[in-house]
Amino acid sequence: MAPLNRLQMAWRAAQDIREGMLVNLGIGMPVAVADYLKPGLDVFFQSENGVIGVGPLATAERADTDLVDAGSRRITLRPGASIVDSSWSFAMIRGGHIDVTILGAFEVASNGDLANWDTRSTSKGPLVGGAMDLAAGARQVWVMMEHVTRGGAPRLLERCTLPLTAVSCVTRVYTDLAVVEITPTGLLVREMLEGMGQAELQARTGAALAFAPDCGALLAPALTLAG
Amino acid sequence: MPIDKRVSTAAEALADVGDGATVFISGFGGAGFPNVLLRALRERAPKNLTLVVNSATHRYSLTHELIAAGLVRKVVCTAARGHDKEPSPFERLWVQGKIELECVPQGTFAERIRAGGAGIPAFYTPVGFGTALAEGKEVRIFDGRQHVLEHAIKGDLALVRADTADRYGNLAFRYAQMNFGPVMATAATLALAEVATVLEEPIPHERVQLPGSYIDRVVAVGR
Repeated sequence: MAPLNRLQMAWRAAQDIREGMLVNLGIGMPVAVADYLKPGLDVFFQSENGVIGVGPLATAERADTDLVDAGSRRITLRPGASIVDSSWSFAMIRGGHIDVTILGAFEVASNGDLANWDTRSTSKGPLVGGAMDLAAGARQVWVMMEHVTRGGAPRLLERCTLPLTAVSCVTRVYTDLAVVEITPTGLLVREMLEGMGQAELQARTGAALAFAPDCGALLAPALTLAG
Repeated sequence: MPIDKRVSTAAEALADVGDGATVFISGFGGAGFPNVLLRALRERAPKNLTLVVNSATHRYSLTHELIAAGLVRKVVCTAARGHDKEPSPFERLWVQGKIELECVPQGTFAERIRAGGAGIPAFYTPVGFGTALAEGKEVRIFDGRQHVLEHAIKGDLALVRADTADRYGNLAFRYAQMNFGPVMATAATLALAEVATVLEEPIPHERVQLPGSYIDRVVAVGR
């Protein structure tokens, strides 16, 4: 099977969301997770700007410039939604009230260190937003990222090389090749692409992998990226 | 004289703002930018301002006009990256070393402002520990986890956008307009609100999202 595309990675992460969870989706690729929940699953999505209960994107006719998420997308509210100010929104994030946050990343280390905010550009201004708060405060931190860089370098490492967002925070990583748990003893592969050997996955990873005894096939339905 | 915080123009609301002020600016995600007050502040043109604002570069906020006009000495923010290929006014000055930047995690940003308005001089948080944004900060261990010491932020002026006000300065917000507005108003010596509408009657108490005691002046600017 071919490596998962980004929508398929979002689909795979969405399958692990459980009924009743309060979930924060990072700006960019992770927001697609909301489109692939199991049918009928009742979940609240929180956005850093204080919306608890983000619904589907608004249609052009219904779009309201005051009803937005943290990524400035014009949204709707789901039944039971509420809106609080930034202080309360981040007290919710930092106080451990978010069950899971799903974030994009550049690198993750085998001890759960996360690097997802600063590419060390000297011409572009920094942008940290709520990344450090989510990484340090959510009860679980799941990462969605390609297993290797465009140049083929591993993103799962012994130690991150890019500036850290938070230490020892990531609990699970969804890549285009595997689902990997971060355990006290390091990286544990739960699922991997069908037809890929353990040695091949290890060769694309910058830290030692262990494989779960029940390690299964990483599967996703066909989903096509727009554009 | 009975309390009446209504003023008729943004310029009047800003009448005693001077050089060197620390200015809070509300708004996040496209909602809650006090753009009428920002435009009037640029026209008043006080120098050497310190801006405390979530983003120095958001395309819908007129914060960038204050920066482009050379009125700003320092920005305290969580985001300073422009949206376009061309550098934003902030980035242009920043790469030349002509403007100071303090980049803060967003929850720490909100909490430092909240602390400023709540009489708390500093607090410990695990957020930022082990990162470049916590370098040089005091670290202390609570419950086996490292925390960094963060200091409160207080300001001279808060510019807040809301939907509705009354003569007492009570505010109600639309949808996600609230964001940083309430905490910023609590931490500033002078808090100004621009709103779509100022009601003749008091806002019903259960609809008030920021008590008027925190607001000094309100100006109706329409939608």
